[in-house]
Amino acid sequence: MWDYTEKVLELFHNPKNQGLIEKTLENDSVAVVFGEVGSIACGDALRLHLKIQIAQDSILDARFQTFGCTSAIASSSALTELIKGLTLDEALKVTNQDIAEYLGGLPEAKMHCSVMGQEALEAAIYKYRGIPLDSHEDDEGALICSCYGISNSRIRRIIIENELTTTEQVTNYVKAGGGCGSCLVNIDDILASVLTEKEKNIEVVTEIAHQKDTTKPLTNLQKITLIQQVLEQEIRPFLMADGGDVELYDVNGDQVLVSLKGACDSCSSRNATLKGAIETRLRAKVSPYLIVEAV
Amino acid sequence: MMHTCIYLDNNATTQPDPEVVVTMLPYLTDLYGNPSSMHTFGGQVGKAIQEARESVATLLGAEPTEIIFTSCGTEGNNTAIRAALAAQPERNHIITTQVEHPCVLNVCKQLEKQGYKVTYLSVNHQGQLDLMELEASLTGNTALVSTMYANNETGTIFPIENIGALAKSYGATFHVDAVQAVGKIPFSLKGSTIDLLTLSGHKLHAPKGVGSLYVKKGFRFRPFLLGGHQERGRRAGTENVASIVGLGKAAEIELQEMTKAIQREAKMRDRLEKTLLATIADCEVNGDVKNRLPNTTNIGFKYVEGEAILLSLDKYGICASSGSACTSGSLEPSHILQAMGLPYTILHGSIRFSLSRYTTEREIDKVLEVMPGIIQRLRDLSPFNSEDVTWLQTVNSNQPSVNSKQLPVTSE
Ligand SMILES: Cc1ncc(COP(=O)(O)O)c(C=O)c1O
Ligand code: FES
Repeated sequence: MWDYTEKVLELFHNPKNQGLIEKTLENDSVAVVFGEVGSIACGDALRLHLKIQIAQDSILDARFQTFGCTSAIASSSALTELIKGLTLDEALKVTNQDIAEYLGGLPEAKMHCSVMGQEALEAAIYKYRGIPLDSHEDDEGALICSCYGISNSRIRRIIIENELTTTEQVTNYVKAGGGCGSCLVNIDDILASVLTEKEKNIEVVTEIAHQKDTTKPLTNLQKITLIQQVLEQEIRPFLMADGGDVELYDVNGDQVLVSLKGACDSCSSRNATLKGAIETRLRAKVSPYLIVEAV
Repeated sequence: MMHTCIYLDNNATTQPDPEVVVTMLPYLTDLYGNPSSMHTFGGQVGKAIQEARESVATLLGAEPTEIIFTSCGTEGNNTAIRAALAAQPERNHIITTQVEHPCVLNVCKQLEKQGYKVTYLSVNHQGQLDLMELEASLTGNTALVSTMYANNETGTIFPIENIGALAKSYGATFHVDAVQAVGKIPFSLKGSTIDLLTLSGHKLHAPKGVGSLYVKKGFRFRPFLLGGHQERGRRAGTENVASIVGLGKAAEIELQEMTKAIQREAKMRDRLEKTLLATIADCEVNGDVKNRLPNTTNIGFKYVEGEAILLSLDKYGICASSGSACTSGSLEPSHILQAMGLPYTILHGSIRFSLSRYTTEREIDKVLEVMPGIIQRLRDLSPFNSEDVTWLQTVNSNQPSVNSKQLPVTSE
């Protein structure tokens, strides 16, 4: 039997925002794009249509067309409800978990439906901004699950974002491993490497906390080493999973100069978000007075 | 309780015949004796089992001594396969098909790990076997040919006696999983090439958790379950008396009702199928329509997903089933439809309706009334239609391969 919440059933039987958005030619203050993910082979596919207010960089309207099961349809509808009115930057922060939460939860085996929603959203916005999705998707290249066409970076990202710990969960979230099963070993390896990275991070944090106890201010050299460490172990893996990268350029007193690379590079608003994220992380881990700037 | 449901999922399980239930009740109340006991109280229970055995034997055209009661179809199939291998220990090759039930396929997978060689015969787009492929696969080393009589998802009926004749010509044991065939099509084991045949009670209006294994007289049978001397030492364990009595009654009823019932079912099934095809665009029948169970139709509705159809039907209290990935409990669509090489548009949108003698014309009317709207609504939601297939077909360059290693997914 189906273990769906009332909200899922409601949005399945009476979906909101289904259909597509016609391009209105007379109005050039708005743009219309769509993003698509999935395929018939996978058993589900979503085409998400956005109407964007160009000046405000915000979503005026969102519609969906979905081929898929009950929860795929409900997730698509939920996504459109969630993002209407948001700026594109805000919309990019919507995660698959937000979609699942909006629905009052999804059965674990159906989590991939919410992931599909998040990915279609990203695909639509990237398309609008002219960022090729491929460089974003497959930077670490390796296709891990050939049955479902899932790359290493995508698996890493979903593990990190959803704090997954088992292969079974990975299959539930992105389907990888659910076909012939020959990639399960590789998924195991990715999981293990993400988990070790995480543990390393914890070690660094405790180390720093330890150093902070000694009240003595950090020497310049210590500061640079620490910044390097945090960048290396906590920030770069996340960015790389996402198609980007960061490098320490210089440290000038409390000013940290970094250069952002890859997918992050081509998208200025995302850089702002990233800069903020890096700064928060470095302030927490090294010194509260740091200011991060991108070069 | 949802008593008003329109139950069109009879290949999954059937409603126990009320007469069957009435016959069973005394064996759950007053007549609780152990059939193995020496006293009259137990002895009368033993007699009831014997009568049930005779009824099942009559339905199959077999001798009562050829019938062993089991706990389910799954046990029957497990037992039969092991027994066939034990009967000719010097042979280590098994032939079966890609479209078997998991309780055959998974046993074969396991045996492969133990060193047996297994050939999984392919099927064509209609789900039908190629007898030439079977003949080419048979060797003097083949211990067992195990095929189903009729397929649970499409209703496709295999040419059993032709398969059996080939198996026999190589001295192989012939086992038939007839779980979906018994009570749905008439056949007799008199003069048949079948050595071992499995049936399951809950598919013919008897309760769940009881079945029989037919073992041809003279077959050197080795038991699967060891213990007491029940079933002449061929299946140890105190009998599930009430259910066995129920199965006997169900067999007796089938013997009287089957001819009439299958004519009625076939008529309703054909009306359902023809009208759906006529009123809904882009759908087609899966399976071998010329050799098919009279109660089953499996239809692929393109561009929509099966689970969404089922849930929509559920709103009207209509029970059916689907071979789509989202209903299989795994991410892969039905191994049976995949083995038939059907396109993904069909695989994911396949719905099976399976009728029984309780199905009424009015129920069929109801399905016919709601189906076009359900499909239309889902197609309206869907990002594509017949003109627009390319995108959805090709986004993922690597489609799940048909010969995936994890074969079985659908299990009823
Ligand atoms: C073809 C076939 N074989 C075997 C079985 C297993 O029977 P049971 O459920 O009694 O174990 C089923 C149905 O479940 C079936 O359809
Ligand atoms: S390669 Fe991942 S399931 Fe087949």
